[in-house]
Amino acid sequence: MKLFTFRIGGVHPQEHKLTADIPTKEAALPKAAVFPLGQHIGAPARPVVKRGDKVKVGTLIAEANGFVSAPIYSSVSGTVAKIDTSIDATGYRQPVIIINVEGDEWEEGIDRSSELESIEAHPELTAEEIIDRIKIAGITGMGGASFPTFIKLCPPPTAKAECIIVNAVECEPYITADYRLMMEHAAEILVGLKLLMKAAKVEKGYIGIEENKPKAIQLLTELTSEDSQITIVPLEMKYPQGGEKQLVDAVIGRQVPAPPAIPVNVGAIVQNVGTVFAVYQAVMKHKPLFERYTTVTGEYIKQPGNFLVRMGTPFKDLIAACGGLPEGDNKVLAGGPMMGKSVISLEVPVTKGTNSITVLTDADAHRKPIEPCIRCGKCVEVCPMGLEPYLLATLSAFKHYERLEHEDVVSCISCGSCQFTCPSHRPILDNILQGKGVVMSRIKARNQK
Amino acid sequence: MNFVLTAVCVLGAIALVAAIVLYVVSKKFAVEEDPRIGEVTALLPGANCGGCGFAGCSGMAGALVCGADKGSIEGLVCPVGGEEVMKQVADALGITVAIAETMVAVVRCNGSCAHRPRIAAYDGLHTCAAMHATGAGETGCGFGCLGCGDCVEACLFDAIHINEETGLPEVDEDKCTSCGACVKACPRHIIELRKKGLKGRRVYVQCVNMDKGAVAKKACEVACIGCGKCEKVCKFEAITIENNLSYIDYNKCRLCTKCVDECPTGAIVKINFPLKKMVNTEVVSQESEVKV
Repeated sequence: MKLFTFRIGGVHPQEHKLTADIPTKEAALPKAAVFPLGQHIGAPARPVVKRGDKVKVGTLIAEANGFVSAPIYSSVSGTVAKIDTSIDATGYRQPVIIINVEGDEWEEGIDRSSELESIEAHPELTAEEIIDRIKIAGITGMGGASFPTFIKLCPPPTAKAECIIVNAVECEPYITADYRLMMEHAAEILVGLKLLMKAAKVEKGYIGIEENKPKAIQLLTELTSEDSQITIVPLEMKYPQGGEKQLVDAVIGRQVPAPPAIPVNVGAIVQNVGTVFAVYQAVMKHKPLFERYTTVTGEYIKQPGNFLVRMGTPFKDLIAACGGLPEGDNKVLAGGPMMGKSVISLEVPVTKGTNSITVLTDADAHRKPIEPCIRCGKCVEVCPMGLEPYLLATLSAFKHYERLEHEDVVSCISCGSCQFTCPSHRPILDNILQGKGVVMSRIKARNQK
Repeated sequence: MNFVLTAVCVLGAIALVAAIVLYVVSKKFAVEEDPRIGEVTALLPGANCGGCGFAGCSGMAGALVCGADKGSIEGLVCPVGGEEVMKQVADALGITVAIAETMVAVVRCNGSCAHRPRIAAYDGLHTCAAMHATGAGETGCGFGCLGCGDCVEACLFDAIHINEETGLPEVDEDKCTSCGACVKACPRHIIELRKKGLKGRRVYVQCVNMDKGAVAKKACEVACIGCGKCEKVCKFEAITIENNLSYIDYNKCRLCTKCVDECPTGAIVKINFPLKKMVNTEVVSQESEVKV
């Protein structure tokens, strides 16, 4: 089996895929579900319900507010308790809709049968229709960044899409949600991919999977053996292969230029495998996006597992379902250990982008003392974007923002490989992120002038 | 010997030509700098802190001279030198100047460890900017002081320090020149320049939390809950409530301190006022002034 990968940089963190063979369970309904209005990239959604309104599972509760935005649907049935603010994964309070759960009544239009709908059975579906349904269903990228999916399918006129690449890499340690989804719903994912190919009017589809998931590679290869349009691409294990640009390089061997270029500029549209499944459900089953696969994991969690979670479920409910937090101080991450964001409260709800809840104990999470840079250049070697992390970190620390911009800090994908590999445990990424934030806001201010 | 002679001749010739060129150029393209600029620069403190809004002291001097020619240097104040230096400058330029009120940096957060419980531990890069960019910090308050001391780093005059006990920065009023470096350095915009006031007396809201009352109070005992009692009790319309947060306009405030007594959470503080008992007996001596 020939393995592909991206050409520069990358690291090999330990896998820790503790939950890979645990079948997905449906998580219990929460007492109250919390829906942040800004859970996607772009403008926060605008609420269309008010206090006291009755909602069902799949009822629209907030509509898209602008072009780059996405609607939000209720994942539970019950009464709208209030529209207030609550802590989200960033730690800051954001506007949210809180719904008290009563029973489990679904909207009538949603097809809850598990019967597979093939694309051949629905020749009436046009590309516009598919994109429209994706837009209405509020689907955003489910790998973590939560960018509205329909926008990716309508590339700017200067770029032409040639293929869809499904991101089934899951290169972050611990997370297995995408893997379980592939094992349990492979056929649906393939239909979803065909829908996306039809929507983007392309003839070619790839699914990139890392070699540490041989069963998924085998299963999907078998299912697509008769299909000439879809290719399963086994990839070498390397972090951050799940990064859009790295994946495009690994699968079709094209390098995406520096921002503002996006993968479609080299002909590829990248979609996470969770997104593809959501597209299938939205188009074929008329089911808007309100539940997702999430892994709850950690070395010291009693019963780690994969869950089909209704969005809005607080982290504490899921952690309780796994046997609670280990004793002592813990670091709870929304996401994996490499790119996840640590939360300061377990009231934080699962949103469209929460692919994992990772619990690290104090001893595992604690940073080692910072030592001087020994100029070994390891950070430069592992940077998948070909940047010089030590330089960017120093420039940020000394606030040389103009030079920082010149050194292309905006290309940084915040993968953390530099900090992971640094033998002196320097806070390279912390510095870069802070500087990148300043540079981005400076560019934004300049463009507005 | 020949080499030496040649070298001396060649270099001498070059030097002569260069000297003539330099002389001609310096005469022809001479920039007439107002001699007063140099004088004024000498009077200014030379800290080049940028507090006046110019890149350095000579820039400020240029603006002062330019202003003096127009008859007014209003709005140009050297925060470091203060009243004294501005008077000297005005004398040197032969104009009168209305001295602007002296300002001082004020830290608008009282979320010490006792008032604002830590609910999480931050382990990353130890600067406020990084902490602010990563998340809400260690407490439930997403607005208050992060305590890493970016303001201390920014201060050129050693006027602001973190109090070990409270974990909050404190301003040394005598050293503070109101240059505003700390105001710019604070990612949460907690520090504000306020009028120093008569005898250094000031009344201000020591909180910037814009959450609703119950949420703010839960995160911090001494948070402003936006109840509006201070606004009602103020006779001078100095207090406004916006986004669940009270703000006292220092230009309107007459230091009656009624709002301080009215505030249910103690978010409004008075500084450098004599103790109440002393006010009643009306024998207030300089020594009895106590920081509250």
